[in-house]
Amino acid sequence: METREAVIIVENLCKAFGDNVVLDHFNLTLYKGENLVVLGKSGSGKSVLIKCIIGLLRPDSGRIEVLGENVPELSYSQLDQLRARVGFLFQSNALYDSMTVRENLEFPLRRHWLKVEQKEVDALVHEVLESVGLEHTADMMPAELSGGMRKRIALARTLILKPAIILYDEPTTGLDPITGMEIIELIKQVQQRYQTSALVISHDMKLAQTASERIAMLIEGKCYATGTYRELAASTDPNLRAFFD
Amino acid sequence: MNLFPKNRAFLAEIGNLARFTARFFREAFRPRYEISELIRQCFIIGYKSLSLVGLTAFIMGLVLTMQLRPSMVHYGVEAKIPAMVCIAIIREIGPVITALIFAGKIGSSIGAELGSMRVTEQIDAMEVSGTNPFKYLVVTRTLAATLMLPVLVVLADAISLYGSYLGVNIYSVLSLRLFIAQVIENLAYYDAIPAFVKTFFFGFAVGIVGCFKGYYSTKGTEGVGRSANSAVVMASVVIFILDLLAVQVTELIWDY
Ligand SMILES: Nc1ncnc2c1ncn2[C@@H]1O[C@H](COP(=O)(O)OP(=O)(O)OP(=O)(O)O)[C@@H](O)[C@H]1O
Ligand SMILES: [Mg+2]
Repeated sequence: METREAVIIVENLCKAFGDNVVLDHFNLTLYKGENLVVLGKSGSGKSVLIKCIIGLLRPDSGRIEVLGENVPELSYSQLDQLRARVGFLFQSNALYDSMTVRENLEFPLRRHWLKVEQKEVDALVHEVLESVGLEHTADMMPAELSGGMRKRIALARTLILKPAIILYDEPTTGLDPITGMEIIELIKQVQQRYQTSALVISHDMKLAQTASERIAMLIEGKCYATGTYRELAASTDPNLRAFFD
Repeated sequence: MNLFPKNRAFLAEIGNLARFTARFFREAFRPRYEISELIRQCFIIGYKSLSLVGLTAFIMGLVLTMQLRPSMVHYGVEAKIPAMVCIAIIREIGPVITALIFAGKIGSSIGAELGSMRVTEQIDAMEVSGTNPFKYLVVTRTLAATLMLPVLVVLADAISLYGSYLGVNIYSVLSLRLFIAQVIENLAYYDAIPAFVKTFFFGFAVGIVGCFKGYYSTKGTEGVGRSANSAVVMASVVIFILDLLAVQVTELIWDY
């Protein structure tokens, strides 16, 4: 029995696009302070899952409770308040390419109506840039950065609101293995430094092995199995073996 | 050959554009208002198209004058060239040519900008950062286009008339004062006002179509190019249709 507090509860989540059933009665629980990795093949609906959790997509049915709030029923302003406490790292980073790194980092602070003074803003920008190790890039444009650096800046932008939960959409996809490892290390550091809970979506087994406390397998729209890496790796189920071999 | 599926897609597109426009009006009048972003967009949109609009307007005025001249001389009404040209420019050529140039320059850039923001998830990122992307991106750009095109058209008309003045002076001597006096004498309110009013609609069309195409851009970099391209094509067609409507409505209202 789990005694820890749950921060995200997904129950019987269904989502289809026309005839394409992507999520079919999907269940998932994320506990406070844990790193949970959701593994699934490309196109299995991982991005759809976390976009439903953050309220970017409307589920067809099911309950999504985040920090005690039922996401599909929230009004626009309630959703904004919730989103200030939930960070989202996009698969494609989604840095605003018309703004400098500094402006990118300041954007969520200013837009969430957080009335902070310029001095505090500068201090926060400096702090998050330092925690991703890129202090010198503050006045560069996103286009001038490498893929790994962009991923770090995107993470810094997510961190600046000090979220309680961070949702990572394939943080290592498209990066070389060494940079990927660096990002994995960073995710672990962030979790320790800011005491966040993390839901990581991926198909990267290395990431699942090194950064997860628990793994959930998303297969055919369902949560097929959950467990630690060791437990799942020891399974003889052919659907699971396909991932681990 | 079965044309039906294509027609259906076309009608669906019109329906979606109408819905998008309705959403624009719903969101535009509800707070929060993105005033500083609107001002920034006005500046960018106006400034970006200024030199291009100026150049084409000047050439249109000059060329129109030179092209009209032989016939006017033939009928012995050479002195009426300024009157003729100014009516043509103010009523039709100024607004329509400027709007088409504007569609090419601004419609495509809005389509490409929003399209690339869509495919790289920047629009979603705004939404999770406490910003309504429809207000922040679509409402501001559409309003900016609606407000700036009329300004550009007034400028273009003036530059065009100056081009025409130079065109007249290639063959004969006419002082600028006399040219202006002739223009003013021949212009009536019903020439200038309907022409000015329709430019707001043209500007709105360019803005909303550009945003529509970009906002619903499909996946991939190829989709971005297609958004930019079809924004220009669709906006240009809409401008002509509006022009056709405008002339009918003007006839009804201004019963001369
Ligand atoms: N907005 C949408 N409209 C229609 N279909 C969509 C939409 N978003 C996703 N899909 C479909 O949902 C399915 C799952 O997509 P999703 O992006 O969640 O995959 P993924 O698991 O994140 O894959 P990847 O590893 O490639 O990112 C796909 O078949 C896709 O075509
Ligand atoms: Mg994905």
